Amino acid sequence: MPGPVGKPLRRIDARGKVTGETRFADDLSLPGMLHMKLARSTVPHARILGVDLAAAWAADGVRAVLTGADFPVPFGILPVSQDEHALCTDKVRFVGDPVAAVVAVDELSAEEAARLVEVRYELLATIASPEEALSTREPRIHEYGDGGNVHKAVAFDFGDVPAALAGAEQVFEDLFFYQGNTHLALEQHATLAYVDPDGLLTIASCTQTPHYLHRAAAKVLGLPANRIRVLAPPQGGGFGGKTDPFNHEIVAAKAALLTGRPVKIALTREEVFLCHRGRHPVLMRMRTGVDREGRMLGHSVETLLDGGAYGSYGVASTFYTGALETVTYRMDRYRFRGCRTFTNKPPCGPKRGHGTPQPRFGLEIHIDKICEKLGRDPAEWRIANAIAPRSLTANWLEVGTTGLVRCLEAVVAASGWKARFRNLGPGRGLGIASSAYMCGAGLPIYFNEMPHSGVQLLLDRGGGVTAFCGSTEVGQGSDNVLALLVAEVLGLSPSDVKVVTGDTSLAPVDLGSYSSRVTLMMGNAAVEAATRARERLAEAASAHLEIPIERVGFAEGRVFDVGDPSRGVTFAEAVARAETAGGTVGTVGSYRPPAPRARFKGGGVGPSPAYSFSAAVVEVEVDPTTGVVRVEKVWVAHDIGRALNPVAVRGQVEGSVYMGLGEALMEEQAFRRLPPRLSGALVHQAPSMLDYKSPTTLDMPEVETILIEDPDPNGPFGAKEVGQGPLLPIPPAVANAVYDAVRVRVDESPVTPEKVLAALRAPSRRTGPTSFPAVTWPEALRISPPWEGGDGTAAKVKP
Amino acid sequence: MMRLPRFRYLAPRSLREATAALADLGPEALPVAGGTDLFPNMKRRQQTPPVVVGLRGVSGLRAVSGDPARGLSLGAMTRLCDVAGGRALAAGWPALARAASLVGTPPLRNMGTIGGNLCLDTRCTYWNQTHEWRRSIGYCLKRDGDVCWVAPGSSRCWAVSSSDTAPVLCALGAEVTLVSRAGERRLPVADLFADDGIRHLSRRPDEVLAAVHLPAPDPADRTVYLKLRRRGAVDFPVVGVAAKVRLGAGGAVESSRIFLGGVGSRPQEASEASDFLQGRRLDDPETVEEAARLAARVAKPLQNTDFAMGWRKGAAREYAARALRELAR
Amino acid sequence: MDSSLPVPEVGPRGKFRLALSVNGERREILVDPYKTLLEVLREDLGLTGTKHGCELGECGACAVLLDGDLALSCLVAAVECGDREVTTVEGLRDGPELHPLQAAFADHGAAQCGYCTPGMLVAARWVLDRKPDATREEIAEALSGQLCRCTGYQQIYEAVEAAGRVLRGEAPTAPRLPEVHGRTPDAGPGR
Repeated sequence: MPGPVGKPLRRIDARGKVTGETRFADDLSLPGMLHMKLARSTVPHARILGVDLAAAWAADGVRAVLTGADFPVPFGILPVSQDEHALCTDKVRFVGDPVAAVVAVDELSAEEAARLVEVRYELLATIASPEEALSTREPRIHEYGDGGNVHKAVAFDFGDVPAALAGAEQVFEDLFFYQGNTHLALEQHATLAYVDPDGLLTIASCTQTPHYLHRAAAKVLGLPANRIRVLAPPQGGGFGGKTDPFNHEIVAAKAALLTGRPVKIALTREEVFLCHRGRHPVLMRMRTGVDREGRMLGHSVETLLDGGAYGSYGVASTFYTGALETVTYRMDRYRFRGCRTFTNKPPCGPKRGHGTPQPRFGLEIHIDKICEKLGRDPAEWRIANAIAPRSLTANWLEVGTTGLVRCLEAVVAASGWKARFRNLGPGRGLGIASSAYMCGAGLPIYFNEMPHSGVQLLLDRGGGVTAFCGSTEVGQGSDNVLALLVAEVLGLSPSDVKVVTGDTSLAPVDLGSYSSRVTLMMGNAAVEAATRARERLAEAASAHLEIPIERVGFAEGRVFDVGDPSRGVTFAEAVARAETAGGTVGTVGSYRPPAPRARFKGGGVGPSPAYSFSAAVVEVEVDPTTGVVRVEKVWVAHDIGRALNPVAVRGQVEGSVYMGLGEALMEEQAFRRLPPRLSGALVHQAPSMLDYKSPTTLDMPEVETILIEDPDPNGPFGAKEVGQGPLLPIPPAVANAVYDAVRVRVDESPVTPEKVLAALRAPSRRTGPTSFPAVTWPEALRISPPWEGGDGTAAKVKP
Repeated sequence: MMRLPRFRYLAPRSLREATAALADLGPEALPVAGGTDLFPNMKRRQQTPPVVVGLRGVSGLRAVSGDPARGLSLGAMTRLCDVAGGRALAAGWPALARAASLVGTPPLRNMGTIGGNLCLDTRCTYWNQTHEWRRSIGYCLKRDGDVCWVAPGSSRCWAVSSSDTAPVLCALGAEVTLVSRAGERRLPVADLFADDGIRHLSRRPDEVLAAVHLPAPDPADRTVYLKLRRRGAVDFPVVGVAAKVRLGAGGAVESSRIFLGGVGSRPQEASEASDFLQGRRLDDPETVEEAARLAARVAKPLQNTDFAMGWRKGAAREYAARALRELAR
Repeated sequence: MDSSLPVPEVGPRGKFRLALSVNGERREILVDPYKTLLEVLREDLGLTGTKHGCELGECGACAVLLDGDLALSCLVAAVECGDREVTTVEGLRDGPELHPLQAAFADHGAAQCGYCTPGMLVAARWVLDRKPDATREEIAEALSGQLCRCTGYQQIYEAVEAAGRVLRGEAPTAPRLPEVHGRTPDAGPGR
């Protein structure tokens, strides 16, 4: 194919990034700009008795001070958990919860004045863990939820799993714990809010979801949405950390309205740790019954999530800790119980993989143990039990193309698995894992039946094309994908296409950069818009060249007769002719995913137009005297469907592996509780880039990337996601490799030297959780799997 | 963004001016070398000196004189990258060069100095935090509070000596020159440190650490520095083992000095291990094991750095053993 | 060298005059005394190419060349920058063409979100200036203070190595591609 799809072209935004000219949010400034700082709670759980602002108002350079009284309307990303106020009104719920905002002529003055805000608190009991949350009904961190400090509890039975376990040849049970961690995007959150010359409130902010921020701002500020513009500049990494509408964004907007001047806030790194919305710590109990061949007859998962102080995406996260469990291997029956509690810590939300890396960690180690007991090679078992393409899962997810088997075969071959597994000698080991991830959530965050992505195209007589879409470039390359898909359809090169993205006033809605939706959803909308434009140009060209429209070709900036390519016109001329014939050329395209097959409450989380698959083999060396794990090499294969740009795809795969290794070995969003008899303090243990460990160049092993192409009909040119999937197999592959090396199980993340050494010294040869607390599960929804006569709906509850 | 607090900056051109300023201003003033320790502390409001006395412009603080035969004197403002890469240092004092090469990251080594690394503030996960974080815990003994959160029953501060060059310089028997308006004094590096997280330096606030003096190495000396940290860069040591042994004609240990860093408020001398090693051979595994066990006894890690304290205790022993084995090669 | 003149001093209030060379051009500006070089570059000189990720010297995003040496501008006090030479990412190229490092970063996928890129480029320039044929180990060591959360570093090494070859007079090389299995004939646009 002559077009850009599949070619290793330079990204269209690369030049700005290597010259330092790309303007990120904190690079923006306007004349008269004021600076804002937030005063945050220094206690974990308390009623606010009073806020004294006198000293702050009197400080040098202060122009405004705001409190919760200015923000009575609550907000939150999910309609079911609108539990945040831009500044706390009656309560603070974690150390770092914003209580007041000071706006001053420079940032240092704002900081100094913010320290002068005096808050009187009535301390409430600190709830530090899900276990504590379960056993503490009062005080409630929130007055809503599923009782006490339980935010949400869900229960699903897809077939009679207890019966399956009872009839199984062998039953395996495991407990796992996956520690919380955070996105650590290099760019800290920043927002510049201003009223533009025409009076339009504009919020330029680090947001992966400008549309959702737009809605939240309109709601809280009490302004019609068309009186607010949200624009998302290119961002220095998001990974899910910039997908909630944030306190500081809404407060900055209000401050701009109140002062009549632009207001900028740039969070410190510690504040980013406090915003968090990162990976939930999850405790898991898994039970699987297998038949003699090792086929999973029934699989049960219970998850307990530490949600932190607010809802964020947490209800969705809870569902995600169970929803995709069935998408990788054949599972006849499936049972899922999930519970999220509130705790007095920064709220957890979506981080790369959103709720699925945790159960993936558990499942892939669980399978490793099953294989060992059954005497099966773990790679061979996975290949033998891989889910079939174009099939339904027990929980009614529709799977299309599956490159899983080829991913496994690729990493098996590349790593020399067959000769080397269980054969490297003491201290060295190989581990394998595979996984699946969605290509976009099937449902939007708020219920509506409109497209999830829209693209508008402007074709100008000079031959330029501009593509408008609400998508956001956070580093994953979505701007480039937009340009290259439009260029592919129109026979241009991506550098001929200008993109205008992430702007709620200039571009149609795209729901945002989350759940790996952008390539597939924006991509399909872009292809549709470009195809319509192509048709307009083809009509004009066919008339001009006097050839049937089927013979009109588009390539290399020309529109020509494919039967006699020398006969043709330039792209610009084709546009001019189309304008002459039919008026100004502008097209739209949009995309809405297919309706889910699941038709039960909660069944909206999990369905996706396509799923990507990944597999990884990790080789480690373990020092038995210290427990230190060194990853020697990673082989990773990803079922991309179609690599739109192999250089960019490789970058996403290797970046996902990097983040997976960080989570597997060293990243922890952990908290420190002071001795309760001395203090109620509950603080972040490591809110800095020194103490929160992310691998440096000297910690990163060689990664070999293999791409599997099996185009999916639902993806643009067959493309599936790549931004999140390849992370998933890494942490369990590391744990499995450690077992191969030194025969100990670390059933919790991160797999640190302390845990490995403790396991080496333990009679059980294991480190990991030993119990799962009693949770009062709600009555389970019973949905028969497709092969047991189900129709995707839940059985009626007996009256 | 985090910003420095407001401060007055003095730029003395000589030690006389610098020490006069420190003497006159007293606790109001702190000297700054490379800025890689003081400025982060100031941004976190752990240290908020109204006056900062810059040593950058003070003449003579970067002078290097001597050679491996006679010994080397390094001006205290000698950058760590120059300590790491200097030819004379690599030839005569490789363990020091090694330690300097492991500090932080390349740009930090371009900015940080040997004097600054010696005078590094002690560190603790309850202390190296922002002002707001420390306020959330009611501050601590080191500043504004009255509890040591690492050891609430204790009346002293347990912040940790986190310098890489300090234990090596102790093991090498190096000395420092401290200059004040009252005069000069020279003392062994080991005497520069006190076993307290707050008053960890015997350098008086009105003194400038002006030079580090390295004794000429004896051909029979072998030296080593091993650093343990979680990542390959950036991180401070959670265990540092510095050792110098002098081997006799037959290959047995004539004398040794072993210092452990990162496991106490000052570099801890493992004298028991040194005493034990006298007359023994380093190529004997049991000797190494016992010496390492004794060395680890001076390691008293608490839960105030990266890694669990129990693990660090065991790692101290393991790294002491590795250091001794390396000396045996 | 004693002097009977009063010790020069700056601050705490009131701006001071800072004269320095930035990317080869002499600049003279009035600056707040508490500012770091990072803040002066971004806020007083409008050179927003240099980024900040932590402001405590822990991430490398703010790296610049200071008198030719790689340094973290977030920990350099503006008061100590008089008459010194600073090179930022904006100063890597001289004229409209990209510096070979910039071109290589763009072509080899070394920049994804682009936020670590300015610091990474400056660090790469520093290592290649000192050792034009730096090995991968030497490059990794020189860049060990530059954190990246997007790439996993491999494409960055390849870009630096490719730029090194260009700087030594060789031709630019194509980016290394992953192995691709099972590429099937054009599946069409889909839907």
